Amino acid sequence: MINSIQTVFTRPNVLFLLDGLKTTLLISLCVVILSIVFGTLLGLIRNYEKKFFGKIAGFYIELFRNTPLLLWMLGCAFLIPGSTILVKASIALFLYTAAVVAEIVRGGLNSIPKGQFEAAHSQGFSFFQTLVYIILPQTFKKIIPSLLSQVITTIKDTSFLAGLGIMEFTRSGQVILGKVTKTSEVFLIYGFLAVVYFIICFALSVLVRNWHEKNSENV
Amino acid sequence: MKSTNPFALWRWEDLFQNFDNFSSGFLRTLQVAILALALSLVIGIVIGILSTAHNMILRSVARVYVEIFQNIPLVIQIFFMYNGLAMAGLVLSEFTIGVVGVGLYHGAYIGEVVRAGILSVPKGQQEAAYAQGFSYTQTMRYIILPQMVKGILPPLTNQAVNLIKNTSVLAIIAGADLMYAADSYASFSLNYGPSYVIAGLLYFILCFPLATFSRKYEEKLKKNDSLVVDIPEVME
Repeated sequence: MINSIQTVFTRPNVLFLLDGLKTTLLISLCVVILSIVFGTLLGLIRNYEKKFFGKIAGFYIELFRNTPLLLWMLGCAFLIPGSTILVKASIALFLYTAAVVAEIVRGGLNSIPKGQFEAAHSQGFSFFQTLVYIILPQTFKKIIPSLLSQVITTIKDTSFLAGLGIMEFTRSGQVILGKVTKTSEVFLIYGFLAVVYFIICFALSVLVRNWHEKNSENV
Repeated sequence: MKSTNPFALWRWEDLFQNFDNFSSGFLRTLQVAILALALSLVIGIVIGILSTAHNMILRSVARVYVEIFQNIPLVIQIFFMYNGLAMAGLVLSEFTIGVVGVGLYHGAYIGEVVRAGILSVPKGQQEAAYAQGFSYTQTMRYIILPQMVKGILPPLTNQAVNLIKNTSVLAIIAGADLMYAADSYASFSLNYGPSYVIAGLLYFILCFPLATFSRKYEEKLKKNDSLVVDIPEVME
């Protein structure tokens, strides 16, 4: 066992794995930020514009919600010209996550009482002012647990990038796996990958639960 | 001279001449999804009931199961079953890995749905049942579970949609599912465009009716003021 630990966790191997982890976290961060912005926009359009653009937003959301992520990653990787495969597949993850965020935002918007709109209107707020100052702050407060759990899902989803050979955390683990021969070493590497993902996602899920409990007390 | 457009007509013709690949992949995806769904429902109900049990040990077992399977990516779990278990001498077919891997993973999510469903039934129901001399099992079987079924139907259906989409992870271990069929046909014929469009369409045909049912049914429940189980933490 000690021997296995020594063969697996050599300095270059650990640095290599950490590099993969860095890629995973960086991709997750970019994807989360971009998809919250785009997803909010989509959710707003679908909820408040019932004509042409609302229909398009609805179609976009349904399309991405009902087809697998891996399909979009492969599709973007092979059909978008230029750029690196990492960027193209991450774009797929971003487009996919944005559709989920849009649905979360829409759920939040629907839970805001109509009276809020009427009250703001009677105070002379324009539609956009109402959205920015009255509706969205309340919406985001409500949907933070769902958004956080979507962050967890996004971090887990980046592991699909390994299927396209992108050097993120899972893939870098696989590369190390290719160098070892003993069963105990293989288990050690999988264990390490699982534990690291677990720590990150579990920490976030504890945050989700605490937020949820704190806020359901206040209501 | 053939057009080099990725969506050129001849590419579509070629695809439909090789449609057998897609239909067998579609069938495989369907089989894996149905069996995995059955497995995850069984696990989910057990985990859901355990996580509302009075016994602390039973509750902890359920909690540990849910946390482990929810917080480790499905890809890692599938890879582990494919490489890791094989190294240890337990060689499973890709089909089995699909059913068991996806089933165990979604079992954790369905467990959370069932738990929320049980908790959504007012506590007085349980107390009334006990007062009438019902045992714990009888209370669950005849009072609690039947009342929550309607309420958890929308989130359960959403889980089924996610489960179908997640069977595509099998493509990474060459599982002969729809995603793998589309990808291998695409890289063999270079008809990426039509291949991914058709695969997407086939997944959409499976998922869209379920997702629509889920939304409509939830709207109906809300309109009737019925028990609605809202679970923001279990989005997956």
